[in-house]
Amino acid sequence: METRELTCIGCPMGCQITVQLDKGEVVSVEGNTCEKGDIYARKEVTNPTRIVTSTVVINGGDKERLPVKTKNDIPKDKIFDVMKDIDAVTVDAPKKIGDVIIDNVAGTGVAVIATRNVEIE
Amino acid sequence: MLSYDIVIVGGGPAGLAAAVAAREAGTQSILILERDHELGGILNQCIHNGFGLHTFKEELTGPEYAYRFMEKVFEQKIEYKLNTMVMDISADRVVTAMNKKDGMFEIQAGAVVLAMGCRERPRGALNIPGYRPAGIFSAGTAQRLVNIEGYMPGREVVILGSGDIGLIMARRMTLEGAKVKVVAELLPFSGGLKRNIVQCLDDFGIPLKLSHTVVDIEGKERVSAVTIAEVGPDMKPIPGTEERYTCDTLLLSCGLIPENELSKSAGVELNPVTSGPVVNESLETSIPGVFACGNVLHVHDLVDFVSEEAKKAGENASKYVRKTLASSDKESIKLVATEGARYTVPVTINTDRMDDLLTVRFRVGAVFQDSYVSVYFDDERIMHLKKRIMAPGEMEQVILQKKKLAEYPDLKTITIKIEKE
Amino acid sequence: MTYDCIIIGAGVSGSATARELSKYDLNVCVLEKGEDVCSGTSKANSAIVHAGFDAAEGSLMAKLNVEGNEMMGQLAEDLDIPFKRNGSLVVCIHEEEKGGLQDLYNRGIANGVKDMRILDKKELHEMEPNLSDQCCAALYAPTGGIICPFMLNIAMAENAAMNGVDFFFNTEAETLKRDENGIWHIRTNNGEYKTKYVVNAAGIYSDVFHNMVADKKIHITPRRGDYCLLDKEMGGFVSKTIFPQPTKLGKGVLVSPTIHGNLIVGPTAIDIEDKEATATTAAGINDLIAKGGMYVDNLPVARKVITSFAGLRAHEDAHEFVIGEVKEAPGFIDCAGIESPGLTSSPAIGKMVAGIVCDLAHPEKKADWNGKRKGILNPSGMSVEERNELIKKEPAYGQIICRCESISEGEILEAIRRPLGARSLDGVKRRTRAGMGRCQAGFCSPRVMEIINRELGIPTEKITKSGGKSVIAPERTKAGKGGEA
Repeated sequence: METRELTCIGCPMGCQITVQLDKGEVVSVEGNTCEKGDIYARKEVTNPTRIVTSTVVINGGDKERLPVKTKNDIPKDKIFDVMKDIDAVTVDAPKKIGDVIIDNVAGTGVAVIATRNVEIE
Repeated sequence: MLSYDIVIVGGGPAGLAAAVAAREAGTQSILILERDHELGGILNQCIHNGFGLHTFKEELTGPEYAYRFMEKVFEQKIEYKLNTMVMDISADRVVTAMNKKDGMFEIQAGAVVLAMGCRERPRGALNIPGYRPAGIFSAGTAQRLVNIEGYMPGREVVILGSGDIGLIMARRMTLEGAKVKVVAELLPFSGGLKRNIVQCLDDFGIPLKLSHTVVDIEGKERVSAVTIAEVGPDMKPIPGTEERYTCDTLLLSCGLIPENELSKSAGVELNPVTSGPVVNESLETSIPGVFACGNVLHVHDLVDFVSEEAKKAGENASKYVRKTLASSDKESIKLVATEGARYTVPVTINTDRMDDLLTVRFRVGAVFQDSYVSVYFDDERIMHLKKRIMAPGEMEQVILQKKKLAEYPDLKTITIKIEKE
Repeated sequence: MTYDCIIIGAGVSGSATARELSKYDLNVCVLEKGEDVCSGTSKANSAIVHAGFDAAEGSLMAKLNVEGNEMMGQLAEDLDIPFKRNGSLVVCIHEEEKGGLQDLYNRGIANGVKDMRILDKKELHEMEPNLSDQCCAALYAPTGGIICPFMLNIAMAENAAMNGVDFFFNTEAETLKRDENGIWHIRTNNGEYKTKYVVNAAGIYSDVFHNMVADKKIHITPRRGDYCLLDKEMGGFVSKTIFPQPTKLGKGVLVSPTIHGNLIVGPTAIDIEDKEATATTAAGINDLIAKGGMYVDNLPVARKVITSFAGLRAHEDAHEFVIGEVKEAPGFIDCAGIESPGLTSSPAIGKMVAGIVCDLAHPEKKADWNGKRKGILNPSGMSVEERNELIKKEPAYGQIICRCESISEGEILEAIRRPLGARSLDGVKRRTRAGMGRCQAGFCSPRVMEIINRELGIPTEKITKSGGKSVIAPERTKAGKGGEA
């Protein structure tokens, strides 16, 4: 039996939720005051995911850095692997919002895309 | 002298939304004045996601959200001037601005929309003792350096203030390889969103110390250590609770101040609680034809609400110049915030000029659980809305109906308060 | 080469001396350990031009204060810096202490202070309506004034440089000795400098150099003064400089408008040992918040403060300026113990010290000395037409960089390009006021960094707040991680 403590992010209440797990299966969710908390807690203990946003180096553009994001959620424990790939990239201007910068970041199957336009200087 | 129907001061989210709305309402002659070298305002440096859930039903980053509005400005060929600082606004709506190309120039505006946004409270205004070395940044300045200019302000970081920008920067600096040692918050609760506390601090094991403040800054040339201490109910540091953190950077996220120097010099009346203009139901300031929206009016929590508010300001400015904003001698109803509610926007309502529905925004002064937002028409309680939770960090709103107000022709005052039952 | 005279320290005393010596056919240089002039005591004080009734009758302090005060008007005009005789008031809050005002008045008369008057309550409150009701009388000295210490210091140094004085920054004098030929050898972190005469204008460190060569030792206590600077919104709260009645520790906490329209409250007076300890303390700031409101009603110190800072006064045990050649060290001239009213006295100090050097060196006067200097162009005083003319010629004056103080790129470029130009954010700030406003450089610092980078070719990662290790943004994002531009 494993116990996990979480803060719900559903609203400013920030319920402290206790989740009991048995071999990775959720046994109980306690401390939440609404349905949102239950859904959040189950997802957060079994498959926590995040969007990662950062910047990459861009050459020849009218900006020093190109902001990017993972197109979809990636597993939370891959955040730093994703950052490693993002940090190692250099792109050339121009770039448009939505342009794919990395196809499959850190083996997650998720793309990293540009979040603003950068023109050639 | 140049002349435009509507001059919009500021090309951030508020200015852009106001411009688009004014054009859609039928005004052709619009000019946006922006001091930076691009439109979009502070959103350009807010590269994190979480914007637009209300407006676009999807989660966007700041630059993406700004671009949705910029696209419309470009499509509709709304005029704008970049790198242009507004130097003065007069009570008769002459806007004086300056840039490299045009020099100093005046514009007679039919209507003015104030959309200058807000600025961060600097270290000096916080009365934090200690040295004054390099390495102390307001969180927003650090955000610009990292996200736009591509520079790291430092490697080992202490953050004072748990506003959303501070939390976002804790994660951002961590992702870029810095070590964020602690976030100290003077108040017993954080003004930031729960989601940001979890995803920006908890995810990375960054401790949040509530009821703590900075009591010393060391380092003559560059920050070398910061000492924090717990504060008592009087907000004064408690001797013996000091903790010293070696670090090279102190970020401050200690509140935002609407930037109303121009409004003040124009003679616009300000609300001491919000530090923003006093506005009526049309988001019109004490000077006829001068409207305000976004963070210059009151500091918002979500940009979606800025866009919504700015849309109204833009529409009303358009009505004003087209002379379709009903003129009325009717005495306005006063809105009063009390008992837990800190302020309201707007502060007066002229029912002749209001739309069918009017959103009144306000903030609470403390955390309230299982309480009610009550709206009184004079002494009669008209609305009684149960809220599971209200916190100072989040904006609240009530929506008033014109037809309901019509039932109270002699109404003088609408009071909004927080009640336990 | 051997200089005729080397001045240690580019504060107000050293710079005033340098300017005076630049009138003569002498090889003069100034060694400054900071990266800029005005890096020590001169940069953090009340920015007041004292009338001269405080210093003890017959003291050098009294003499130089009154002389300096008299010189300031012409000097400010010659150097094109703002200066205003706003007048000062020493206010009395206890009927029974009114006699103290008369004592001060008498001392002022003895010191040669002109036009003083004792005001009764009615006249006092008419003059200064925001004074608290308990203020029952005051000594009024109309010759008291306000000035910008940075601009005074910078202008004197610039003018000296224009007239041939060399300035070496980041150059810290470590030891000095006199050889058998009477030449002084000054060892610094940047090698050795030789000179016939040395002026010790090392401020808080002037006892260190004095004691290296003199038999009779002096002792300087760094006396810390905390200050709060209030928003320009409060600049008109009082029009005169308001002092309490003086005590043993000094002139007390004053409330005054500054020449740039802020309101200053300070200083505290705390004797410390560490000559570098310019940190403010909570106790100091709280003291100011309490005392600032004693004479002035409803002064919102805590709410309207935009910055607080601390300076160290070079307090010599005898509380007197130590100026003169050290007998047993011929050619070594002290300019030590320069505490308040040092800023006021600086023009007179410079003249006196230069006079001592000249009595020893007997130099010729330069025929081509130019004592006038133009300040950085300030477009905010121009008409719209003039301003547009300027922007057409020099578009940089059309771009505002510091929104709070309305400082244009043109002014910042000039601050960098001038003789002894700015090389850091503080250097730009002290010359132009960019970053000195209510947002305290939050908005303009990235923009000023960009200009410094462009203009001086200093990589952004190396740009400092004030020299040394005070770098702002020490590295690029992604550096060393593969993503390289």
